[in-house]
Amino acid sequence: MTRALVSVPPAAKRGEIVDVRAMIAHPMETGYRMGPNGAEIPRDIITRFVCTYDGAEVFSAEFFPAVSANPFVSFNLIATESGTLAFEWTDDKGQIETASAEIVVS
Amino acid sequence: MTEPIALEPAGGPSLGRRAVLAGGVGILVMALPLRALARPSLEQAVASFTGGAPVSAGRVRLTVPPLVENGNAVGVTVEVESPMTDAAHVSRIGLFNEKNPQADVAIFRLGPRNGRARISTRIRLATSQTLLAVAELSDGTYWSSEANVIVTLAACIEDLS
Repeated sequence: MTRALVSVPPAAKRGEIVDVRAMIAHPMETGYRMGPNGAEIPRDIITRFVCTYDGAEVFSAEFFPAVSANPFVSFNLIATESGTLAFEWTDDKGQIETASAEIVVS
Repeated sequence: MTEPIALEPAGGPSLGRRAVLAGGVGILVMALPLRALARPSLEQAVASFTGGAPVSAGRVRLTVPPLVENGNAVGVTVEVESPMTDAAHVSRIGLFNEKNPQADVAIFRLGPRNGRARISTRIRLATSQTLLAVAELSDGTYWSSEANVIVTLAACIEDLS
């Protein structure tokens, strides 16, 4: 939980387009680098990012090794109802990291 | 008798040049499929994203700094002109590069609930090259925009030190 950082405005007017930003601490090892002993460093990247708004998927992304370490993504959402924005990152090892934020819509 | 003698010096070097050229072509012919196997070209990556559908230039705005000092984290913004309604919206945005070890960078899925077709992320660039953003609209058309970036410090393939 502490590895992920999300930014969602706490309150918004109904119908307003808000900025959402999400970042997670992850090395995003490309698999193209050599270690000090000349051995290849195995690939370890986050391949999938999903954002759901009250359970419905509103944005997702598929990442390749060209995405920087500590992958960052920002996108927009229409504030429709008060509710929870849930974020989920899945990496090559199948580990899932989650974060969430509440938004109050008036 | 004098003619062949006169021709021979001219013929000799030209044959040699031909042999060298043929060898060069041979090396190229052998090298090209290997490179193609190693990494799909930008066009191939885009074709697998679009399913072979034609891509038109326009409607997409790809913003990248023209000169970056560090290829490990290059800020990229893609914005697509779209009303983002149920009837007409951007469904996918694909980001591709020309010279990294892999052509794909990221693929984003959007919908009418995004309100605005705009995404930002940070990417790695192995060298100075062209970036391409392709947007798929809900009507099945594809639009693109490209940008050139000069990179002074490369990413991806550097060794640990």
